[in-house]
Amino acid sequence: MDWTPYLAGLGIGILSWFTFLLSGRPLGCSTAYARTSGMIERAIRGDAVLEKSYYRKFVPQIDWEWMLVLGIVIGAFITAIMQGEFALIWVPSTFEAAFGSSSLLRLAVALVGGVLMGLGARWAGGCTSGHGISGTLQLAIASWIAVVVFFVSGIIVAFLLYGVIAP
Amino acid sequence: MRERDGGALQRLRRNQSLQRLLGLVMGVAFGVFLQLGGVTRYDVIIGQLLLYDFTVVKVMLSAVAVGMVGVYLLIHLGLASLSIKPGSIGTTVLGGIIFGCGFAVLGYCPGTVAGAVGSGALDALFGGVVGILIGAAIFAELYPRLDASVLQRGKIPDTTIPELFGVHPRAVIVPMVILIVAILSGIEYLGL
Repeated sequence: MDWTPYLAGLGIGILSWFTFLLSGRPLGCSTAYARTSGMIERAIRGDAVLEKSYYRKFVPQIDWEWMLVLGIVIGAFITAIMQGEFALIWVPSTFEAAFGSSSLLRLAVALVGGVLMGLGARWAGGCTSGHGISGTLQLAIASWIAVVVFFVSGIIVAFLLYGVIAP
Repeated sequence: MRERDGGALQRLRRNQSLQRLLGLVMGVAFGVFLQLGGVTRYDVIIGQLLLYDFTVVKVMLSAVAVGMVGVYLLIHLGLASLSIKPGSIGTTVLGGIIFGCGFAVLGYCPGTVAGAVGSGALDALFGGVVGILIGAAIFAELYPRLDASVLQRGKIPDTTIPELFGVHPRAVIVPMVILIVAILSGIEYLGL
């Protein structure tokens, strides 16, 4: 039996104690992307962007959660290097086995998936961490509903992609 | 339950620059755990959605069980308070369906995509992160219209399961932890 996923889960669970205790907030990631979008829009279109009602709610600035997402990149990078698993890859092997080795195809698919994910995460008010871990561990009703919908919808689409569409 | 007026904790939480530093440190830890757990890999996430690799469920459920016990203990001691997201059918279910489509097509989520970038996945960076930023901007653009229409439909009580049933949190946490351990044992027994 491989205990690694449980040790990772144990670590994330304990980490959530500290986010509540020291920062007074739950683990979450998707708001950081909304703030970044706002910062990019502001750089392009100027301060008028700050008047958008959504960006009044989620002010485009670097906050705790933004730094958390940056930290994830760094933590995963260090760990991947130490595991000897760091590798610059365009096409993951499962994708390649079903859809071929075209980097361009994978990039296009990932981009479409990313847009849906960004839209859906903000629409649902949270992601796999904000709802899926932090909301469920607080026993929040909306979060338990969200995580079930995330997975049911994800499972159906994954089976369509790999069972029906894959050549 | 009201939080104890722990002056030092309150000052710490209000110190913006210190919080940014703490966010970075906690993020590094989060990234280490996500990478160790294997959930920064497309193959693992798709394996979960295709139901042949249960790594994602193992990581999530064990995090939820451990987190739940500790966080509710902190609340009981007056050292933390709940932070519940509001929801409705229009937000949680509709948004959740869109999220699920993105989850399967991208093969990462907003947290794990950052970890995937750290481990060298270029599809995660140039497809995933860029796409999520575009998606978030689209939502910001649509927000006033959506908020006036679908988002408010079918309010979900913004409360917790114990509060909904009017029971002590312990009465839900203990069975929930037992259930999670049973599910994980079942997954191991089946060799998934």
